[in-house]
Amino acid sequence: MDWTFIFQQSISSAVGVNAIIFALAAIGLNMHFGYTGLLNFGQAGFLAVGAYTVAVLVVNFDVSVWIAFLAGIFAAILLALLLGVPTLRLRADYLAIVTIATAEIIRQVARSVTLREYFGGSDGITGKFGADFFAINPFPAGLDLPLLRYTPNDLWVVVVGWGLVVIFVFFTYLMMRSPWGRVIKAIREDEEAVRSLGKNVYLYKMQSLVLGGVVGAFAGFVYAISRQSVQPDNYSTALTFFAYAVLILGGAARVLGPVVGAVIFWFLLVFIEQTLRGLVNIDKIPDWLMNQNQVGQVRFMLVGLGLMLLMIYRPQGIFGDKKELALDARA
Amino acid sequence: MTLAPNSTTKKEVAVAALKNVATIPGVKKPDPIVIADNVVRKFGGLTAVDVEHVEIQRGAITALIGPNGAGKTTFFNLLTGFDKPDSGNWTFNGTALAGVAPHKVARLGMVRTFQLTKALFRLSVLDNMRLGARHQKGEGILRALIPTLWKAQENQITKQAMELLTRFKLDAKADDFAAALSGGQRKLLEMARALMVEPELVMLDEPMAGVNPALTQSLLGHIKDLREQGMTVLFVEHDMDMVRDISDWVIVMAQGKVVAEGPPESVMSNPAVIDAYLGAHHDQTLEEGEN
Repeated sequence: MDWTFIFQQSISSAVGVNAIIFALAAIGLNMHFGYTGLLNFGQAGFLAVGAYTVAVLVVNFDVSVWIAFLAGIFAAILLALLLGVPTLRLRADYLAIVTIATAEIIRQVARSVTLREYFGGSDGITGKFGADFFAINPFPAGLDLPLLRYTPNDLWVVVVGWGLVVIFVFFTYLMMRSPWGRVIKAIREDEEAVRSLGKNVYLYKMQSLVLGGVVGAFAGFVYAISRQSVQPDNYSTALTFFAYAVLILGGAARVLGPVVGAVIFWFLLVFIEQTLRGLVNIDKIPDWLMNQNQVGQVRFMLVGLGLMLLMIYRPQGIFGDKKELALDARA
Repeated sequence: MTLAPNSTTKKEVAVAALKNVATIPGVKKPDPIVIADNVVRKFGGLTAVDVEHVEIQRGAITALIGPNGAGKTTFFNLLTGFDKPDSGNWTFNGTALAGVAPHKVARLGMVRTFQLTKALFRLSVLDNMRLGARHQKGEGILRALIPTLWKAQENQITKQAMELLTRFKLDAKADDFAAALSGGQRKLLEMARALMVEPELVMLDEPMAGVNPALTQSLLGHIKDLREQGMTVLFVEHDMDMVRDISDWVIVMAQGKVVAEGPPESVMSNPAVIDAYLGAHHDQTLEEGEN
């Protein structure tokens, strides 16, 4: 077995593009779910809106990618308002239902035959829409270290992506230690009590939904630019639930929770996959038990098992505070 | 609280003001802070609240009593905007409040607590308190990012919160999670937090429920203090001894209506009140009742 290769793949993935996408998606969810207590099950919709806005505007309308990014942020704000206006005055579960449905509607519209001309149907949009972005890549050589290997384009995306992660983590940190963050966390605990103290709960929930949604759109930008293509089925509900897995793994309502969660999640996913592949290749795992084609599914089973064990023995996540959770259970 | 020898306490003022008020349901008060008219709330076929007219005297402690299901808490919810009536009007300091959102009601100076305490568990006791303060600059989404804009005010609020916590003997718990408090301490915290809003009218929904006797005495003291500091108190309570001890005026509700009013000493002997609590035919034998 080639352990160097396995670790190289795992580590490159743990700090690579996928980890960045999921870290950003989970930072947004952390704002919604971790701090405000909003059950947003449609984070994939915010990523899709961000990704598709960039792809459609650059490929179909020849807009500069920078303006397309701005438009993507604007689109995510609109989506948040659209979701929030009818639901945020109601009980928490209404938002959950509406967001999961909306994310699916967005995906189905994007892959529809009728709008194929604009969104490319189920094939999505492929093209050089990141050209402007890669044109200013200061790393023409890429990276080739023993345990870390990136192409020039990937390296540029990874550097900018981690920059975004740092910015949004710092933003969350600043917001959550301010009186604004205190109101947000109080809403998670009991919104009626917050209302009784004269705070406009609806407004705060809307602000949270918009902020987390915009961070989600940035995850969509990274997704689209890194692959130079958008495909509707990448933005299915599974994306949202993986983002939740990342958030809970790292610890909800912890500033660094989503980042740690994303890194560990992608390290484990790739490490398990590559190890299994290696074992199948050298016949340590016999063919009747598992073949090469089944490795992809088995790794998710094992990661799922790991998450179950985590929930049982460390339900607060890796960074969470056990005391807080115990208090919650008593309440 | 120390008083100059010849000054009158707020209690004496409140009692004097209510001295010549007739003891009939819906009677007019000399200086009402809340006036409610024809407030009706139905849940399906059940009329939970049907208050024709009621006034709450400013500066006094008014108790709202009545048997279970009398509509006391529903009436609380309606007055504070947490529930919407089928019809009715009411004013607070002359401002019409029908249809006003609960957070705006609170900002006007009418702050309530809840029957089931709503301590914000995963916030520290101190943060629970600080949340109550009004006009916080750092609660705006943009200013939140720049601590220099709100740090001074935050320090001021923290000082005010610590003073209140000391008064309520919760200062030692300031940095603990609110969930670590006992049931009675949560009641204290909720009352103290309501005071951070600097209200004119404090509405307490069963402040003494589930509180041990020692803490009850301290709660009673705090409620009397509110009056001495110039606030008006309206509270719901079941325990008649406590009502007698602290209230200046008692309003009795039964089946959604105000059935009696009066000072605590006399209202308990009012036949309408006895009927409300024990049933209209409680003093008859079974045979008499059937006839």
